[in-house]
Amino acid sequence: MSAAPNGVMLTYWQVSIRVRTRNEPPLMIEFRGVSKRFPDGTVAVEDFNLVIPSRKTTVLVGSSGSGKTTLLRMINRMVDVSAGSIEIDGESILDRNPVALRRSIGYVMQNSGLLPHLKVIDNVATVPVLNGVPRRKARQDGLELLDTVGLERSVANRYPSQLSGGQQQRVGVARGLAANPNILLMDEPFGAVDPIVRAELQQETIRLQRDLDKTVVFVTHDIDEAFLLGDQVVILEKGAKIAQIGSPREILANPANDFVASFIGAEKGKRSLTIQHTDHGSILIDSEGRPQGVLAAGPGE
Amino acid sequence: MNLLAEAFDWIFSPDRLSGSSPLPAAIALHLLYTFIAVALSAVIAVPLGYYIGHTGKGRNAAIAISGAARAVPSFGLILLLVLVMGVTQKPLAATIAFVLLGIPSILAGAYAGLEAVDRRVIDAARAVGMTEWQILVRVEIPLGLPLLIGGIRAGALQIVATVVLAAYVTLGGLGTYIIQGIPLSRYDMILGSAIVIVALALVLDGLFALLQQVVVPRGVAAGRTQDIRATSPRRRAVVGTSLQERKG
Repeated sequence: MSAAPNGVMLTYWQVSIRVRTRNEPPLMIEFRGVSKRFPDGTVAVEDFNLVIPSRKTTVLVGSSGSGKTTLLRMINRMVDVSAGSIEIDGESILDRNPVALRRSIGYVMQNSGLLPHLKVIDNVATVPVLNGVPRRKARQDGLELLDTVGLERSVANRYPSQLSGGQQQRVGVARGLAANPNILLMDEPFGAVDPIVRAELQQETIRLQRDLDKTVVFVTHDIDEAFLLGDQVVILEKGAKIAQIGSPREILANPANDFVASFIGAEKGKRSLTIQHTDHGSILIDSEGRPQGVLAAGPGE
Repeated sequence: MNLLAEAFDWIFSPDRLSGSSPLPAAIALHLLYTFIAVALSAVIAVPLGYYIGHTGKGRNAAIAISGAARAVPSFGLILLLVLVMGVTQKPLAATIAFVLLGIPSILAGAYAGLEAVDRRVIDAARAVGMTEWQILVRVEIPLGLPLLIGGIRAGALQIVATVVLAAYVTLGGLGTYIIQGIPLSRYDMILGSAIVIVALALVLDGLFALLQQVVVPRGVAAGRTQDIRATSPRRRAVVGTSLQERKG
């Protein structure tokens, strides 16, 4: 038995089990009075404060110009703050080497960002290889990651351009997970895939978060996606001003202001459903009278 | 027509293999000068071009200078350098002139190759934790190689055509026959050697064209042939949403 960064390792006859202990690092990310002024004078973020809880999914949602991507990219220092600080578990990231920091944080971007000249398996193995893991071992681990993200191992030797958009995104997620980071940043990862594939990938993301227990920060402009994936949803107005923070349930039940109400579609009645009983069951209709779903039997019935 | 036949007769005459300046030796010398000049140009232009392409610094200066350098008359430059450096330094003067001639194309190929790489790919490479050096070596150089080879191809063609001038400063090569032929009015000799030079340039160009195909990274080539919605990776870079647009 030995102490490991994330708890206690139990090792017996080459079999290791990681046992999480109560005093393990919380993996909390904290923005303190963060501002970002770009060289051209535009202020993208001003005096931004936010606590991102550990091992939960926090979704930053807002329209374009809300600074959500800028905020996300501050966490791995792809964008440096102009003022204020960002801390991971109480340690300022500004003290850390950007390259080392980035290798310790998973990053998944729109359009996958895969290296077109490398095979899928070598794309997945990129970060471990940078970290000094022997290439053969990194590839071997990469195959297991392909299983994790729901890809056939046969894609390993193909090039990204030979895959569908959805498959490329899965490879992107596998690459983000390859160095076993505790924090995963996802920048509109499903923005460019068709709705059916997007729904599939969203479910996979929920499953992965449940299985792997990472701190996930997810950026999207799609409020439905935010409500689906987020334990905590942060709705941003222009200039990264926080309009409301809360669980999807809290936000839906009690929008903080008109902006939030209109952003989540409550004001147009999109969110208020009424029950209509028919001969074959009960359907839910919206304020326009269009059917939106079927009333399923509740858990108690 | 007659002249052309005489020119070919001159090329294939058995006399070309003997005498004070046999044709194969002249071809070899011509190629050697070309190779040295291209190699030296590349040694100077490739690192410089990569620096410009990776950092984006000095791009405008490079375009202006290389544009102007293309317009410099090579013959005048050789004579000027010989005058400045002294008659004993003829080989060096000629080499410098050829190298200067090759630099603009190779420089352009090097930085254009790096600039053509999709910004999102570079951004992703940086975001997963590559150092600037690793981005250059592992991403930008392999993806930019076809354009660099294209630049070297253009530079080599210009140099192989211009090395003819080496003969003016008594350095030999295929230009020798032209210079000897003019005062003797030996048009078969002039045209014959000109044909050999053209053939040499065409062969060289063909070889570089082949090399350019070979160095296209396999993943990029794979996408080109298999993707039915085929757009070249370069065009994708222009059409896609840029980082600035997405910064929201």
